Amino acid sequence: MNLLELRDLCSAVHPEGSEEGIAILKGVDLEVNLGEIHVLMGANGSGKSSLAHLLMGHPNHRITGGEMLLDGQDLSEMEPDERARAGLFLAFQYPHAIQGLPVGTFLKAAAEARRGEELSFRVFKRELDDVMGRLGISKEFLGRSLNDGFSGGEKKRNEILQMHLLQPRLAMLDETDSGLDVDALRLVFKDIREIASPENAFLVITHYDRVLDYINPTHVHIMRDGRIVKSGGADLSKRIDEYGFESVLAEEGVHE
Amino acid sequence: MSDAGADFEIADINKDYERLYGFHSNTEYMAGRERGLSEEVIREISAIKEEPDWMLEFRLRALAEFNKMPDPSWMDQSVFEEIDYADLYYYARAADKKYNDWDDVPEDIKETFDRLGVPEAERKFLAGVSAQFESEVVYHHIQEELTKKGVIFLDFDTAVKEHGDLVQQYIATLVPQSDNKFAALNSAAWSGGSFVYVPPGVKVEIPLQAYFRINAESIGQFERTIIIADKGSSVHYIEGCTAPVYSKTAFHTGVIELFALEGAYLRYTTIQNWSNNVLNLVTQRARAHKDATVEWMDGNLGAKTTMKYPAVFLAEPGARGRVLSIGYANKGQRQDAGAKMIHAAPHTTSSITAKSISHNGGRSSYRGLVKVLKGASHVKTDVECDALLLDDFSESDTYPTIDVKERNDVSVMHEATVGKVSPETVYYLMSRGIKEEDALLMVVNGFLQEFTKELPMEYAVELNRLIQLEMEGSIG
Repeated sequence: MNLLELRDLCSAVHPEGSEEGIAILKGVDLEVNLGEIHVLMGANGSGKSSLAHLLMGHPNHRITGGEMLLDGQDLSEMEPDERARAGLFLAFQYPHAIQGLPVGTFLKAAAEARRGEELSFRVFKRELDDVMGRLGISKEFLGRSLNDGFSGGEKKRNEILQMHLLQPRLAMLDETDSGLDVDALRLVFKDIREIASPENAFLVITHYDRVLDYINPTHVHIMRDGRIVKSGGADLSKRIDEYGFESVLAEEGVHE
Repeated sequence: MSDAGADFEIADINKDYERLYGFHSNTEYMAGRERGLSEEVIREISAIKEEPDWMLEFRLRALAEFNKMPDPSWMDQSVFEEIDYADLYYYARAADKKYNDWDDVPEDIKETFDRLGVPEAERKFLAGVSAQFESEVVYHHIQEELTKKGVIFLDFDTAVKEHGDLVQQYIATLVPQSDNKFAALNSAAWSGGSFVYVPPGVKVEIPLQAYFRINAESIGQFERTIIIADKGSSVHYIEGCTAPVYSKTAFHTGVIELFALEGAYLRYTTIQNWSNNVLNLVTQRARAHKDATVEWMDGNLGAKTTMKYPAVFLAEPGARGRVLSIGYANKGQRQDAGAKMIHAAPHTTSSITAKSISHNGGRSSYRGLVKVLKGASHVKTDVECDALLLDDFSESDTYPTIDVKERNDVSVMHEATVGKVSPETVYYLMSRGIKEEDALLMVVNGFLQEFTKELPMEYAVELNRLIQLEMEGSIG
């Protein structure tokens, strides 16, 4: 059984919960297995982020056709929190701010929900100190309101911190690289390399080729207009790294 | 008591009591007497309390005012239609010595006690069944410490007898008997409440909690409280508790007067959670003298209707006033709360933060007044009202009045927001494995955090749990 299996997946977005949907995904097929690192590329508006949010359960994104399965379970039947507890994770491109909710309180609640057990404050604090040290996050961070007044970089690091604590089976990163300077980028992706194991998998969404300087994906996919139009392995990755995905697509004769 | 036989037995017991001990039920007691709040009743209350003459006169003057005053005009008159003034005699007596029967306390209140883990002895007190609970040891210890410093901390009844001069000097100087109909009623029929005096320069380190003094009827139907922080002193007084207070008589009207003399710091925190049949009308006013600070921390949950507008009269230069309030209007509830700041001197500052939550069709209102008198230059005042609606059929409104008579260096800020919990925010939290109802609770607790963080730890924890109970079943 595949970890993630998408078959002819179609979706629509309903802005503000409106009845009128706008078609986004137009038949996506994808298989992701444990131990793999997939990079999903494509221009803005090609449907990459929509795919991630559809999988996570965003209230405005609805499935209109096809299937999406995690460990053989139908994601469309599950609430977002159930999906998370089943091991799906999404590092948001634009995380929400919640005034008055301290980061520390939130992290503990999230870790407890995912692991299905109460954590002692002391044990959890030790774990936090360790991860925060590795990500270069200062301790004051825990007392601040979640994402409230955070800089772009702080938000991204906070997302990665959550990824660490929730130990997902499939981690999706939605443009985590954008808005990060080179040093932060290096730190974050070094970290992903360290977490990557035969027990998990990654789906890294980006529209910059430069991500490939930091990780070696097992699979690369290029998306355009709601479909995956090109997939490949390390070879494709190298060609994209060298020439950029737009020229690779042109070379392959893939047109809109 | 579904068993008719048992009902019959109880009726029998009551009969015995009457015959054997001379007890009588209220209906019988009132038969053949004038109902309502008569001079005779007031004289009787005063006599039972063995009060000095000046207090009896105070009560009688108030009664005369009460009888000729109309209901407040700014509120829907339907609110007042529910008050049966003819039953006031009963209220006054109930506030004095008559207690409820535990069996009459509604199941939902008992259940809430269970879930909050309120100790047995306190439950009976909170439900109005008994007059005290077993915290006397703690109370005596604290009382000793305070006495050493010269702090007076008494129930109002005792203060009237033991510190008559001090009480007379301050009572009704901020809330005159004729201020409003309910202040008049309270002045005529008051019972219970606290009296606090802190001598010059004394800093009271721990918050004074009416809770510790519960044996002296801190939570009365018509409580009367005066707190005086003398020059350079500081004190934090906490009234009420988060567990629901059950009252059969469905009507509560208190009068609270605070005095912060030169350089003093005085904070009054109250969290009121009356059972949802109660009409809660409290007049809270404070006077801040030179360089003094008064802070009202006001939490309103429960009750059917709350009308409460804590005020600070900034009387001398350097005075500071602050009101931080939260309200939670659930099904069938109306929280009409706000604040008043009167800048009567130059170089005074005030801030009002009012946060309200409306839920299941509940209605929250902010009703505020900021007044800057002529001559009060170099004034800064800030008003912030934030309303959170948890569904589409709850309501929130604001009635701010700003009246500025001085033009020289007066800064007035007013900001009001009305919001809903965004589904996307809830989704973000849920994407971390957190259940929908917990996610919603996190957002709501975050919204109230500015208030919660000002509370002593045990109150903050209790408040959070209470909000959780209020929100239960909010997910369809």
